Amino acid sequence: MRRGTEATLALLAAAGLLAAAWAAPWLKFVLTIALAKGIAVLGILLLLRAGQVSFGHALFLASGAYAVAFLAPAAPEALLLLPAAALLAGLLGLVVGLFVVRYRDIFFGMLNLAISMVLYSLLEKLYELTRGTDGIRVEPPRVAGFALTLETYVWAMLVLALVLAVGFGAFVRAYLGSPMGQALAGIKTRETRLEFMGVSARRVLLAAYVLSAVMGGVAGAIVGMTTRHVTPLLAYWTSSGELVFIAILGGAGGALGPFLGAAAYELVRVYAAASFADAWQAILGTVLLLVILFAPGGLWGVISGLLGRRAGRAA
Amino acid sequence: MSTPTPLTRRSALAVAAGAVSGSLLWPGSGRAQAQKPAELKVGITTFLSGPASVFGVPAKQTAEMLFDEINQAGGIGGVPVRALFVDEAPGTDHLVGEFRRLVQNEGVQVMFASISSGSCLACTPLSDELRKTTILWDCGTQRIFEEGRHPFAFRTQGYATPEVLAPLLYLLKTKPDFRTLAVINQDYAWGRDSWEIWKTAMDALKPGVRVVAELFPRLGAPDFSTEITRLLAARPDVIFSTFWGGDLVTLVRQAAERRLFERSTFVLPVAEASMQILGRTMPAGHIIGTRGDHWNNHPRPKDPARLARFVENYRRRFNEYPIYPCHHMYQAISAMQAAYAKAIAAKGGGWPNDQELAAAFRGLEFPTPTSTITLREDGQGLEDQIVGVSTFTERFPFAVPKDMIVFPAAMVSTPVGQKSVDWLKTLKPDLLAQVPAPIAG
Repeated sequence: MRRGTEATLALLAAAGLLAAAWAAPWLKFVLTIALAKGIAVLGILLLLRAGQVSFGHALFLASGAYAVAFLAPAAPEALLLLPAAALLAGLLGLVVGLFVVRYRDIFFGMLNLAISMVLYSLLEKLYELTRGTDGIRVEPPRVAGFALTLETYVWAMLVLALVLAVGFGAFVRAYLGSPMGQALAGIKTRETRLEFMGVSARRVLLAAYVLSAVMGGVAGAIVGMTTRHVTPLLAYWTSSGELVFIAILGGAGGALGPFLGAAAYELVRVYAAASFADAWQAILGTVLLLVILFAPGGLWGVISGLLGRRAGRAA
Repeated sequence: MSTPTPLTRRSALAVAAGAVSGSLLWPGSGRAQAQKPAELKVGITTFLSGPASVFGVPAKQTAEMLFDEINQAGGIGGVPVRALFVDEAPGTDHLVGEFRRLVQNEGVQVMFASISSGSCLACTPLSDELRKTTILWDCGTQRIFEEGRHPFAFRTQGYATPEVLAPLLYLLKTKPDFRTLAVINQDYAWGRDSWEIWKTAMDALKPGVRVVAELFPRLGAPDFSTEITRLLAARPDVIFSTFWGGDLVTLVRQAAERRLFERSTFVLPVAEASMQILGRTMPAGHIIGTRGDHWNNHPRPKDPARLARFVENYRRRFNEYPIYPCHHMYQAISAMQAAYAKAIAAKGGGWPNDQELAAAFRGLEFPTPTSTITLREDGQGLEDQIVGVSTFTERFPFAVPKDMIVFPAAMVSTPVGQKSVDWLKTLKPDLLAQVPAPIAG
């Protein structure tokens, strides 16, 4: 896919998103959450490039959200909370990463899952500190020094999420094109060759892991500041599963995939829940099955396929 | 000639995409607030999946049944009512998004929020932000009105403090000479909170009770044999447990099999909802509560015909007895009816806007199948508590209480503006003298 086409598509999508948010006020919230989850899934995409699936990425999402919840009373400023959450999640990613990058495939996935469930249990059991399952309320922080009204605050969060999504999207696209990103693909195809070339597979994977943790932390910070109430459910395995679900739905082929997937996921869930409050899980499951059966490349695969065919015909 | 074609196609694609998303947006309805709407929409968040759906689904059924009855009788102020349900199970971000959608897009006029305390804590600030009257219809956390003011939120039932304090007072009144106590609660906020309330109040009212075991098994655990073994070994005089739903059923079955009920007296404040499932397995002679006063064998309901009608209609339609979440839903709907009647009367027949509706809720008095509930100035409802000892009668195939004590809500609720734990510390043993005598039989 040409660089220009993808950038155009991203711009169109961003404009469409803002237009939808303007037309339907309630969508602002849902789309902000979708963008945040898209950023977290971008991180998963990096690891997928190396053929590794993390079934515990909610660990970083939750740590970002709880970083916001704990720091917000002391530093009620969104532009401070975001980097703080990213830093914290990055450090956590480094520590966890040092262990898990020694493992591959199912062991990698399961270890991640186990560690995220440890965080879940801690958040739930350290009741005096975290208020357990009831969770912690987050007062809306200032944005760039301005105390916003709640209506503008919701807009600010959406725009902030959009800017970060575009930024991280461009970054991941560049990273995947760089030698570090190419080496990730090398881990998937044949790790030994990589080592023969003098590249340490572990370090390559660790770098990607820490980056993905940072993205998870940023996503969690946005989720925390947008929902303004964080609960341990964010670290639960279903939350990790949701991220992997979005990755598959969106497709791992390009940086737009996670955002497509996240928007599709949130909207399907909202509309399924609105039309069939009792059966929304079944509808989500059916959508995923259809994607796996008929569009293994995900939504992004479908779109890039269509565009590729057209480009072929036009030439 | 090849360039214009993709451009038109792209624009065609954009138009198509726009049309699709446009149809998805469901352009909003119900903007006109002050005029009488064609339909009164009520958003109800409840558990439709997961373990807490044992409460959520009966409550949903109750809402459907009562809304049908209201519509048959001509609606509220001549406007038919419609319920829109939201599943609480997917978590806070989904719930908060749905709350916004219902208010901002569907034009819902009243929200009923949440079984889970976490959900209520997330939804109440939204009621402030969106200025939408929100009835907290089932959640029990004391934090809501003790940690902040919420001008649009009202709780139409009791809450954790009276629901734990009443069984404690019952125990102190009827079996005052216990020396040791154990607790087995689910390991999450309610389990921890209810134990803190019990312990604080017990230390104030009867100092010196030895706590021989504090067990907090995981929520939804399939097996409690380790805990039961420890309880058998510790031989506490009393075992306090705020277990609910499937966990309570499992605990009672396993404990009954190992004769734990013969050694210790259980105090089960949330027992009522599991009694139908347990049937004869529930041992007699243990203290049971119902998070309110709505027992099927209420000793003196204010309006016996109303209670009988509700129970009979529910049984006819769903083939089971209503449990406490059904009554809590009834209370919320009854409060909504009373508030609309009050607001419409105050406006001389006009339809109230959000502020006028919320104003009508403050200090509202509304009927329930068993009594009358008043909403305090902070929004908290004053619901009496009835606690009794489990027994079996001819009338019901499951355990019901006998020797019931009706605790007036004001006696067991934290006064406005105080925090529960601080207030409980100030309780004096002479409070027991004010406890009414059990109603024999």
